[in-house]
Amino acid sequence: MINLVQNEMTKLMGKRRFMIIAIIIIVLLSMFTYAQSKEAESILERIGTTDWRTELQQQIVDMQNRLSSAGQWREQFQIQIKQSQYYLDNNINPAQPGAPTFIRGFVQNSAELFLPLLVMIIAVDIVSSERSMGTIKLLLTRPVSRFKILLSKYIALILSVSIVIFLFGSLSYLVSAVMFGNQGWSAPVLTGFSSQGGELDISGVRLVSQWQYIIQQFGLAWFISVVVGTLSFMLSILMRSSAAGMGTMLACLISGAILSNMVSSWESAKYLFMVNLGLMDYVSGSAPPIDGMTLGFSLSVLAVWMLGSLIVSFTVFMRKDIY
Amino acid sequence: MSDITLSVQGLRKVIGKRTIIKDLSFELKRGEVFGFLGPNGAGKTTTIRMLVGLIKPTSGSIHICGLDISKHFTKAMRHLGCIVENPELYPFLSGMDNLRHFAVMISGITQSRIDEVVQLVGMQDRMNDKVSTYSLGMRQRLGIAQALLGKPDVLILDEPTNGLDPSGIREMRSFIRFLAEEEGLTVLVSSHLLHEIQLMCDRVAIVSKGEIVRVDSVEALLSSEERLVWRLDPIDQGKAILRELTAIVNETEESVTTSYIEHEVGGWNRRLVEAGVTVLEMNRRLPALEDLFLELTGGESID
Repeated sequence: MINLVQNEMTKLMGKRRFMIIAIIIIVLLSMFTYAQSKEAESILERIGTTDWRTELQQQIVDMQNRLSSAGQWREQFQIQIKQSQYYLDNNINPAQPGAPTFIRGFVQNSAELFLPLLVMIIAVDIVSSERSMGTIKLLLTRPVSRFKILLSKYIALILSVSIVIFLFGSLSYLVSAVMFGNQGWSAPVLTGFSSQGGELDISGVRLVSQWQYIIQQFGLAWFISVVVGTLSFMLSILMRSSAAGMGTMLACLISGAILSNMVSSWESAKYLFMVNLGLMDYVSGSAPPIDGMTLGFSLSVLAVWMLGSLIVSFTVFMRKDIY
Repeated sequence: MSDITLSVQGLRKVIGKRTIIKDLSFELKRGEVFGFLGPNGAGKTTTIRMLVGLIKPTSGSIHICGLDISKHFTKAMRHLGCIVENPELYPFLSGMDNLRHFAVMISGITQSRIDEVVQLVGMQDRMNDKVSTYSLGMRQRLGIAQALLGKPDVLILDEPTNGLDPSGIREMRSFIRFLAEEEGLTVLVSSHLLHEIQLMCDRVAIVSKGEIVRVDSVEALLSSEERLVWRLDPIDQGKAILRELTAIVNETEESVTTSYIEHEVGGWNRRLVEAGVTVLEMNRRLPALEDLFLELTGGESID
């Protein structure tokens, strides 16, 4: 079994997938860090001080001004204002400058779309490429059961997801440490906000160190990526062409991002996997897309989707006639 | 172990409402090269894919070295090496990495066995180059090396000479003969070229529309279908004489075609000469696959 997994990893390396992914991450990182430092400059110019309290105060005022014209974003803004106020009242800087803060923001924004996209680069053709190359005929005529072959591919996928997350984490640390300095790992971050019907519930709020918070974020990002990887894996078996699989998965992810902003009154949409990918928002305390959704609920929905697609994958793959 | 290495009984495949393969049965013996001959779409590739476990038969059984592949798939596959259609390998890996990749999937294959098969197909010099730089002939050889890794008892090759140049074809042919005669392998070769099969195989199964029309040794098959084309002067008198002696298969303005029966042809010729007919030409024709098919299948042409 280890041999088979090794084979799969060799093939992924041979296709230079990890190199492509690393390059994409580096390019994006340099763009983001540059943008971030520009923004810090412009804030300094506008407010004329580097004191974070003044800055946060300014942000709250900005948001309050926009509240009246916010429309459907109104609730979201209200929660954000309350959150910022809470930080201010407790004298905690939510954005202590430094590498950890940047990483925190970067993971937060990448987990829903960017990381899954990177994982898809690997997952979506892990089976279908064998079919389009024709090598599946060699692979399935070995004295190895189809179950083992598919399992080795799936294990390789999980490994790859972990490698991608690791690459993502270490590269963003390297780049941001150079740009913003390596301080602020133990800076306090508030977590445990929950919101019910536009009201911020602070009863569960507790203080954690920034590094703990980041580890939690990476754990969730890993889980999201594994789920998206597993679904892409299924598409890779069901669809002959990698492009079709990629397109389908992409459509799902994007529709998820759009739906999350407009399904608040469509109750049963909360069972769709793509609406549940915003795990990060639970940790940071933004309002969930549909009232009543919690971290536990989303995790279970995603787990069920993952399990379902694994069952479909294995059943189809083991029975399929290869032409 | 018995002499029968591959046994197929009542093999059928139904897709939707169409029966693609209808009750195929045949047995292959150790050390024999068996040809699977038929036009495109006759069901050769489907049959081969069922033999190697890529497609599940609707009914019927396949035994490799006495092991039923539907029940003991992995054990049965241990005795089988195959190339289905083109030898598709991983283009982004080197030849050696490709072989290693397939070697770890069979238990007990060592590096020395890999080197041995590389030697056998004569690919020592290029093993560290990426497969994407190989010519078709080299890929074909690497494909065979891959199929031989596990020291199989049965080797299945689907259209092994497809796309090779004439010298490559000759090489492949003698290699296949070598494997059967010296190494005692059973080799199943499919082709749509009669000529190919004739030079390579001991026995042939002719497949058409998913059925085996005939299984016979190559000599028997060919001699019964061999033709003799006569050009005679005067043609009418010649035709009349030949018609008395044997059946005329085909006639045109200038020539007459009869079947070729080795021990009688001389006699026919003498009769013609004695009657004063000049024999301008006696041309022995091996049957074209076209003719053979028209004969055996009653009208199905080759595309």
